[in-house]
Amino acid sequence: MSTAPRKSRDTVDDAIAHPEREQPYAELGLKANEYERIKEILGRRPTSGELAMYSVMWSEHCSYKSSKVHLRQFGDKKPETDKLLVGIGENAGVVDIGQGWAVTFKVESHNHPSYVEPYQGAATGIGGIVRDIISMGARPVAVMDPLRFGAADHPDTRRVLPGVVAGIGGYGNCLGLPNIGGEVVFDPCYQGNPLVNALCLGTLRHEDIHLASAKGVGNLVVLYGAKTGGDGIGGASILASETFEDGGPAKRPAVQVGDPFMEKLLIECTLEVLHAGLVEGIQDLGAAGISCATSELASNGDGGMHVVLDKVPLRDHTLTPEEILMSESQERMAAVVTPANIDAFLDVCRKWDVDAAIIGEVTGTGRLVIEWQGEVIVDVPPRTVAHDGPVYERPIERPDWQDALIADAPSSLKRPASAEEVRATVLQLVGSPNLASKTWVTSQYDRYVLGNTVLAQPEDAGVVRVDEGSGLGVAISTDCNGRFAKLDPYNGAKLALAEAYRNVAATGAEPLAVTNCLNFGSPEDPAVMWQFSEAVRGLADACLELGTPVTGGNVSFYNQTGDVAIHPTPVVGVLGVIDDVEKRTAMALGREGDVVLVLGETRDEFAGSEWAHVVHGHLGGIPPEVDLAAERWLAQVLVAGSRSGLLSAAHDVSDAGIAQALVEMSLRGGVGATVTVPDGTDPFVLLLSESTARAVVTVSPSDVAALESLAGQHGVPVTRLGVVGAPGADLVVENVYGGTASWTLDELRATADATLPALFG
Amino acid sequence: MARVVVDVMLKPEILDPQGKAVEGALGRLGLEGVTSVRQGKTFTVELDGEIDEERLAQVHELAGSLLSNPVIEDYVIREVTA
Repeated sequence: MSTAPRKSRDTVDDAIAHPEREQPYAELGLKANEYERIKEILGRRPTSGELAMYSVMWSEHCSYKSSKVHLRQFGDKKPETDKLLVGIGENAGVVDIGQGWAVTFKVESHNHPSYVEPYQGAATGIGGIVRDIISMGARPVAVMDPLRFGAADHPDTRRVLPGVVAGIGGYGNCLGLPNIGGEVVFDPCYQGNPLVNALCLGTLRHEDIHLASAKGVGNLVVLYGAKTGGDGIGGASILASETFEDGGPAKRPAVQVGDPFMEKLLIECTLEVLHAGLVEGIQDLGAAGISCATSELASNGDGGMHVVLDKVPLRDHTLTPEEILMSESQERMAAVVTPANIDAFLDVCRKWDVDAAIIGEVTGTGRLVIEWQGEVIVDVPPRTVAHDGPVYERPIERPDWQDALIADAPSSLKRPASAEEVRATVLQLVGSPNLASKTWVTSQYDRYVLGNTVLAQPEDAGVVRVDEGSGLGVAISTDCNGRFAKLDPYNGAKLALAEAYRNVAATGAEPLAVTNCLNFGSPEDPAVMWQFSEAVRGLADACLELGTPVTGGNVSFYNQTGDVAIHPTPVVGVLGVIDDVEKRTAMALGREGDVVLVLGETRDEFAGSEWAHVVHGHLGGIPPEVDLAAERWLAQVLVAGSRSGLLSAAHDVSDAGIAQALVEMSLRGGVGATVTVPDGTDPFVLLLSESTARAVVTVSPSDVAALESLAGQHGVPVTRLGVVGAPGADLVVENVYGGTASWTLDELRATADATLPALFG
Repeated sequence: MARVVVDVMLKPEILDPQGKAVEGALGRLGLEGVTSVRQGKTFTVELDGEIDEERLAQVHELAGSLLSNPVIEDYVIREVTA
């Protein structure tokens, strides 16, 4: 630790004097043409510090070089809305929810780090997304984690899942943020590439919105938060740009360790300096660390910055300047502060016990100049680092196996044909890993800290109160069925949006805005690129049709092992607003004698279904039809029915259809229902089809006519199924192939609750 | 009876939040001049009978896979008492 700082051996002068020196650009993840382009920009070879910066900032993870040309659609097809206060491109989008309140929310991936080191990878995923939210001036109020793992019974899942869940709980609980939902999905396609996505929601008053820029020549650049160490160096490019090589543990790259207590101080410190008006621009340090923060702040402001790298507070004094530039040490932020405000700013940092150092100042030169031990080691136009990275139109080709996959329809799969077989099939599904109770996971998260959680997992969406006076709140749901996306990436993305949208509406919230985390295989594979382009096109089209703009998001490529990519997994998060959280609709069956109805139309649709997956291990055919107009009408019925107090319960119908919806509603309320399959309807199709735009609702008998009239006005079909039973009553389905299928709540609960504890202890 | 003592520490480049908390507390308690604290774990493993090369190799394997997390931690075998 006491070793003197090593002297940089590669200054700008050296680069000019020794143009011939060979540089490890390939090892840093740059292609030969990219390296040539850097030389062209600079008119000389880059210094090793410049090479470090360009290599991390031009990595797939930071530059979106393969996805950019497609992501433009989210802007081009943006629906008309006056709700979006800040759009795509900032750290996170900001949405107006009324009463002077705004919310910001975003989902990001931390997939590769979480595979390497599950606990810290997942923990620092939370840390990173929280800093994105505070850099918008918002107070983080909730987190959510959409997770995907390999087969539930695979030994490596037993390594990865408990670590990921403990890491999310450890970091989030220490921060004091409720974890209000998310997903836990198992599929062998994620075996070597688990998906750990993290979403954070923040709230702010309209006047408190802040953007990342370095304006005002002479203003000071302050680095504050944790000291910089040697952790995660090159993580951005090496972890996110390349797939894992086979090899022993010794070859694994360094990962970062998070410190949630430092992050908590950073939240409070950042919000205090922002609200006191002490900051001109602010930026979190995530992937690519100081390289990213300085180049982005500079290029969004007056275009120049002079940084003295020796001023960066270090945890490890042996770090080279290149390592300091690339370090991904957690819990750090950068701010631009006027000389007049600097003392007050540093006072606030001292108050919160946060290290702060002035590392440079804003200049009007149009250059980002970084100095180390009195010599210039970086002198670049900051835009070329931050924004003008390479952009690729990668080759796209619909894979040749797609037609065979679609042709392999589930129509020939053996279906249950008696009440007893239906009963057994439903039980098998209830206990299957994807449908089983997720309490083993969510009980490790604090779901109610802060006291504003209104609904949390296993409800359709997480609902939090934003204004404690008026009851104004928001609902968020994240969804994606990767099997649907594999069968049809275009409609699969639409289906992901439709499900999240429906989940939000089921709670009584009006869907407003969208975030996404697009998890795919290698963009260098034309088949993956086809899946990606189709999914983005589908999501953009669907957002336009539903009137919900994309506010931001994240792309995670290279989720593949060898030649085998994960199912395309465009995770979609929808945010909705609810005027008074006391009026939200929960999913539990409650009042005895209430009438159970299904809204929407059920068709014979089993391709990609949970039934085909669990019972037959089958994936093929054309996924359920997307009808966004029907989704919109359904949502309007659910929201209006919630506002007027008509609905006593509502639950989205998706995985394993109406049967699973009824099971979940019964278990949630501790009350079953007796329902009857209408004559002329196939019981199996009614119970297990995964047709979209449907919800199960309950109303009191006297309100049935009112609901039918409301649904009629919106053109939503209503089918009366049955009535809610007395407390503890069984779930009974009559008229099933001439018999009755029934389940006691005890057996349903025992089946649903047993699965995850049996697998993970 | 043989005894092997294994020390496990976070790798030097990895942040140690607990060590940092101790370091902060030492300062508040008035101990001046502490520039760094890092904390780790010690395992004392006792074995029946004599220890030989083969059994020591087994302890190494145990230390490198179970007692430490090789992604973020290093171990050393500090002491072997036959």
